[in-house]
Amino acid sequence: MAKDHASGPDDYESLIEEVLEAYPEKAKKRRAKHLTVSKPSEDAPDATTGIASKCDTQKSNIKSIPGVMTIRGCAYAGSKGVVWGPVKDMVHISHGPVGCGQYSWSQRRNYYIGKTGIDSFVTMQFTTDFQEKDIVFGGDKKLAKTIDEINELFPLSNGVTIQSECPIGLIGDDIEAVAKQKKKESGKTMVPVRCEGFRGVSQSLGHHIANDAVRDWVFEQDESEAVKAYEPGPYDVNVIGDYNIGGDAWASRILLEEMGLNVVGNWSGDATLAEIERAPKAKLNLIHCYRSMNYICRYMEEKYGIGWMEYNFFGPTQIAASLRAIAKNFDETIQENAEKVIAKYQPLVDEVIAKFRPRLEGKSVMLYVGGLRPRHVVTAYDDLGMVIAGTGYEFGHNDDYKRTGHYVKDGTLIYDDVTGYELEKFIEKIRPDLVGSGIKEKYPVQKMGIPFRQMHSWDYSGPYHGYDGFAIFARDMDLAINNPVWGMYDAPWDAPETGPAIAAE
Amino acid sequence: MSELRQIAFYGKGGIGKSTTSQNTLAALVEMGQKILIVGCDPKADSTRLILNSKAQDTVLHLAAEMGSVEDLELEDVLKVGFKDIKCVESGGPEPGVGCAGRGVITSINFLEENGAYEDVDYVSYDVLGDVVCGGFAMPIRENKAQEIYIVMSGEMMALYAANNIAKGILKYANSGGVRLGGLICNERQTDKELELAEAMAAKLGSKLIHFVPRDNIVQHAELRRQTVLQYAPESKQAMEYRELARKIHENSGKGVIPTPVTMDELEEMLMEFGIMQSEEEREAMIAAQESEQAAG
Repeated sequence: MAKDHASGPDDYESLIEEVLEAYPEKAKKRRAKHLTVSKPSEDAPDATTGIASKCDTQKSNIKSIPGVMTIRGCAYAGSKGVVWGPVKDMVHISHGPVGCGQYSWSQRRNYYIGKTGIDSFVTMQFTTDFQEKDIVFGGDKKLAKTIDEINELFPLSNGVTIQSECPIGLIGDDIEAVAKQKKKESGKTMVPVRCEGFRGVSQSLGHHIANDAVRDWVFEQDESEAVKAYEPGPYDVNVIGDYNIGGDAWASRILLEEMGLNVVGNWSGDATLAEIERAPKAKLNLIHCYRSMNYICRYMEEKYGIGWMEYNFFGPTQIAASLRAIAKNFDETIQENAEKVIAKYQPLVDEVIAKFRPRLEGKSVMLYVGGLRPRHVVTAYDDLGMVIAGTGYEFGHNDDYKRTGHYVKDGTLIYDDVTGYELEKFIEKIRPDLVGSGIKEKYPVQKMGIPFRQMHSWDYSGPYHGYDGFAIFARDMDLAINNPVWGMYDAPWDAPETGPAIAAE
Repeated sequence: MSELRQIAFYGKGGIGKSTTSQNTLAALVEMGQKILIVGCDPKADSTRLILNSKAQDTVLHLAAEMGSVEDLELEDVLKVGFKDIKCVESGGPEPGVGCAGRGVITSINFLEENGAYEDVDYVSYDVLGDVVCGGFAMPIRENKAQEIYIVMSGEMMALYAANNIAKGILKYANSGGVRLGGLICNERQTDKELELAEAMAAKLGSKLIHFVPRDNIVQHAELRRQTVLQYAPESKQAMEYRELARKIHENSGKGVIPTPVTMDELEEMLMEFGIMQSEEEREAMIAAQESEQAAG
């Protein structure tokens, strides 16, 4: 694709101006606060990436403007879809009318091991299916009955979470009382979550509410016999904020285990309730998605004295740096093991880079995703010689943007809670070689003739974490960018006359 | 048949809305009007004096039993009482659960769709307490009640509630056709009650429709689950209600867009009447009392 727009900070500043022109005065003023270009920073460059820029000059985590198409989700999405939904041996009830559960059915490709419908329930949909009478008379009785039915039909389920949809908060149902009662009767863990969709400005508050529910309804309950009996080891760690999308957590876990660490819990991809319950016994919390799970890590630090550290398993540069940083918290054996692991996978890394870097070198990328990815995947692209033209968070907070300065160079376009219109305009003007965002963005971008990868679901591929994931990541980016279909983008009669002549009959 | 007239009674809880409305409607029916009463209170006690029975099956309870409101027939919920007055109770959840407001919306939609409003001259809504949410504002909204009658008394909180209801009416007055029909003072025997009620009505840009004097006969009738009109049709109190009914009937189309006042203005009015002290006066008195007690 020929680019008709030269990259550079000056251009991006004027590009922002140009894009904002379409808005009425008030909306323009408000949206201007969310769009910026990363600036040079006085800070010391990041030890791994060698980068220091300033990406936190704009506003974030505030209400979207009515009338625009925002890509954000709601608090229910943050709790049911992200934090709780992947916990496989619990049943997650979408409490309220049927739609929220129906349209989030099957979860987010959070892979798990288990027999669905027997001991695992992630891809099933449970809902109280509110009718008018439940709104008018309250849904507590229906909820209680639903939990009874679940316990009878799925005796191997280890507990239930109640994911509140909007009406629950309006009609004031006492889901906590139902949870307490059912816990008493069944002895199973019951977790009421007040994640009504209208709360907060995005799914971000849902993460926080879900974290608080872990605290209140798992940690601050009586310790189970299994937890009491668990004997902690010196190398026990929890992986927090890996949702095992396309098998990410498995590709991460093997590296930690090869290092000699004992991963006692992975939250919440492929997780069991027991893994959550015994988390406080671990030595260290390793946090991947900082945005969605930092709250509970901070709590565990305060309450149980467990340290936490952020790490990044996207791309060999970050993986190696993270493995070493993790090892530093343990003895020399682990530290030596970390080096061995890095050395073991180096040939794979070399091979992948040798194969794909020449095909991807210099290609530009625009990202627009959630959680940690707008920054975490950047170095993986760097490893392949690709350049980030712009990035942004759906629901990031200021601390996310601060961290982004360690990943993207100054002069990168930064867009917070970008609107459908803005993103489309930015892509149209910048014409990057690849866009990484979600399903809603995929087809408009491809129709512009620009390659696209879904970076929420890994476009039905994955894993992208770990060394194994990097090989798949590199292949997928190549598949998207160098797909021969782009050569057929123009209609035959519009195509340059360099094609093979068609033989006349 | 003349065009359907829809009215609604609002007012502070316990003010006597249901009693006043049922007595008034019992008087209206004597004037040859065909009437439908729609009770919009979860307690479902808006029609007991007309039906002479404790409670009737409500729209929402029957709907819940049958599955949904679509399964319901009008005959199941429409009861006929004193002099062929038709009665429906919306019903609703027990206190503290669910959403009674949504229930009112559901019931009224059901009644309209199923033809409950056909072949009547009057539809009267009796709505609980205050306009606490959108659901209880349903009768005020577009194409529902044309006139709202606020039942009140000379008590501070009744005046306050009346003012609040006026605010609710004002909100919908411009988008729909709802108007404030006037105030009905249900005597509590507070100080300067009639004057205060008239002043309040004037503040709201409306009028005092009728001052219903206090009479124990209302209580006697109520204990027998009857209106005064049925229990003692020749009594003085029955004549009061006939008078009120006549005034309401003649008030058709004479409602106004209310001009609710601020809390300060309301308090000023009470001060003008000398039944409320200003904040400064009150504070001074409390301080004096306290120092007296401290000295003692």
